[in-house]
Amino acid sequence: MAAALTVDCRKTFPGRFSAAAQLTLPLDPPRVLILFGPSGSGKTTLLRCLAGLEWPEEGRVQFGSTIWVDVASNIRLSPQARRIGYMAQDYALFPTHTVCGNIEYGLSDLPAAARQERVRELIALLQLQGLEQAKPAQLSGGQQQRVALARAIARRPQLLLLDEPLSALDAPTRAKLCGDLRRLLTQLAIPAVVVTHDWAEALTLGDIIAVMSAGQVLQVGAPQEVFSCPANAEVARIVGIETVVQGQVVANDSGLATVSVNGIALKGLGADVSGSAVYVCIRAEDVLLERAGSGVTSARNHLPGLVVQMLPQGPVVTITVDCGFPILAVITRGAREELGLETGSAVVVVIKAGAVHLVPRSG
Amino acid sequence: MNWIAIAVTFKLALLTASVLFIVGLPIAYWLTFSRWRWKFIVESVVALPLVLPPTVLGFYILIAIGPHSPVGRFYSDVVGHPLPFTFEGLLLASILYSLPFAVQPFAAAFEQVDRRLIEASWTLGVSRLKTFFRLIVPLSAAGLITGIVLSFAHTLGEFGVVLMVGGNIEGETRTVSIDIYDEVQALNYAGAAKTALLLLAVSYGVLLLVYAMNRKVWAVWPQR
Repeated sequence: MAAALTVDCRKTFPGRFSAAAQLTLPLDPPRVLILFGPSGSGKTTLLRCLAGLEWPEEGRVQFGSTIWVDVASNIRLSPQARRIGYMAQDYALFPTHTVCGNIEYGLSDLPAAARQERVRELIALLQLQGLEQAKPAQLSGGQQQRVALARAIARRPQLLLLDEPLSALDAPTRAKLCGDLRRLLTQLAIPAVVVTHDWAEALTLGDIIAVMSAGQVLQVGAPQEVFSCPANAEVARIVGIETVVQGQVVANDSGLATVSVNGIALKGLGADVSGSAVYVCIRAEDVLLERAGSGVTSARNHLPGLVVQMLPQGPVVTITVDCGFPILAVITRGAREELGLETGSAVVVVIKAGAVHLVPRSG
Repeated sequence: MNWIAIAVTFKLALLTASVLFIVGLPIAYWLTFSRWRWKFIVESVVALPLVLPPTVLGFYILIAIGPHSPVGRFYSDVVGHPLPFTFEGLLLASILYSLPFAVQPFAAAFEQVDRRLIEASWTLGVSRLKTFFRLIVPLSAAGLITGIVLSFAHTLGEFGVVLMVGGNIEGETRTVSIDIYDEVQALNYAGAAKTALLLLAVSYGVLLLVYAMNRKVWAVWPQR
C-alpha cells in the first residue's frame, strides 16, 4: 500500500458534541485535503486531532508508517513529535516575539547560521522583507497570515494543517491570498489538510474534499465531483452550488470574462481570476429558463439546450438542461407547467454574468 | 531602632520570596493547566493561609516540625538540632504562610496566557518545559513579579506565625513586628513608632510598585 495519512477516530466532548471521521489522504504525490462544512461540523476538532492537540477516545491515526494515535494500544504521539506545521484560525502569533522571532521559534535545534539562512529564505518566500523586526500587533491581517504560514513551514513539516487560513481577512485580501496560498502549497509540495467553510476556497485549494456536517464526514471526492454530484440532499445543501464545470478563460474584458466550457462560451464576472483554468460555478436558483429565445434581456448568457432530467422536490422542480454541458436550474411547479416542460423540451437557459462564479483551479 | 531585627526580617523576606518563586511556579503551573477534576482540593489547601489565624497555622507547623513528629526527628537527626525556634524553622513557616501570595498571582498570570499560543509552540516541536520558559514566563512576567513582591511584603509583616514557630530569639528569629510589640509592651512608644514607620514605608512602597506595574493581576484588593 502506498504511503497515506489514515484517520479513523472519534472525539466526544461530553454533553456537547461528538465528531467522527474515516478518511485517507494519499501522500504521494502530495495532495491538499479540504475539510469542508458549516461551523460546528467538527472540522476543527478533526484537524486538532491530527495536530495532537485533542485526543480521540476511539480509533487510530496513522501517518505513513508512523502510528500517531492508537487508542487500543495506548499510543499517543505528542504534537512535538509529529513534525507538523499547524496554523490556527487566528494565527496565534507570539506577541512578545518579532516577525523573525516568530519564524525561528521552532528552529532552535539548528545552528545559528543555518537558522538565519532559513529565516531569510522564508522572509523572501512570503514577501515579508522590511518587517523582520516588527511585532505581530503592528502587522496587517494579510501580513500576520504570511508570518504564521512562514512559522508553520519553517521546520519543513511532513504535513501542513491549516485551520480556516483565510477567514480572518477581508474579502479582497482573501481572494488575492487564496491564489497565493494555492501557489505556495503547489510549490512546497507538502501534503496539507485545510479547514474551510468557503466553497470558493475549497475549490481553489483542494485536490480532495471531505464534506462534514454535525460531526460526520458525508462525502469524500474530487472537488468537482462533490459539488456537481452530491451524495445526498444534506451534502447538496451544504455545498450549495449545483453546477460546477471546468472551463478555460478565453478573454477578460475589464473584469467581464468569457469562459469556454466544452466549446460553449459563457460570460462571468472574473475580476480576481488570474490564470486561465477555472471552475465555473452556478447556483440552480440563479438560472432562468425560457421556452424559446424570444426576448432580449439584460442577462449576458442565453444558452439553448434540451431538458434531460426533471426532479420534483416539493414545490420546486430541479431541471437538468444539456447545453453542451449540464446546467441545473430550480423552478417552481407552476413555472414548469406554464412552460410545458417535459424531458426532451428545447429551452433557453438564461444566466446573468454575475451569477457565473469563476474560481481558479490548478491547470 | 533594632537593626538586628530589621536585618533578620529582610533576610527572612528575601529568602521566603526566593523559595516561593521556585516552589510556586510548578504549583501554579499545575493548578492552571491540570484537568484533574479534584484540583479544587489542592487550590483550597494553597489558599488556606489566607483565612486561617496565623496562630493556628503556626501551632500546626510547630507540631509538625517538633521533636515528636517524624519530620522533626528526621531533621534533628540529620542537622543535629531541632527545627522549632530556629531561623530555618521560621523560614519554613513563612514559606507556607505566604504560599497563596505567590501562587495565586502566578496562576492568575498563567491563566491569562492564550492557550492557542501554547499549542502553537507545541506544534512547532518545542517541549512543554521549554514552552514554559520561552513563552509562558515572558507573557506572564508582570504577574510573576507581583507574586514575588507580595510574598516578600507579606513576610515582612508577619507576627503570629513568627511568635508561634520562631519564638523571640535576638538575631535569630526576632523580626521587626515582634520588636515593635516588645517596645510597646515596654512602654517605649518612641522606639516602636520609628520601626513601625519604617515597616509602613517599605510595605507601601512595595505595593505602589505592584499596582503601578499591573492593575489587572490578582491582588489583596478586590478588582474594579
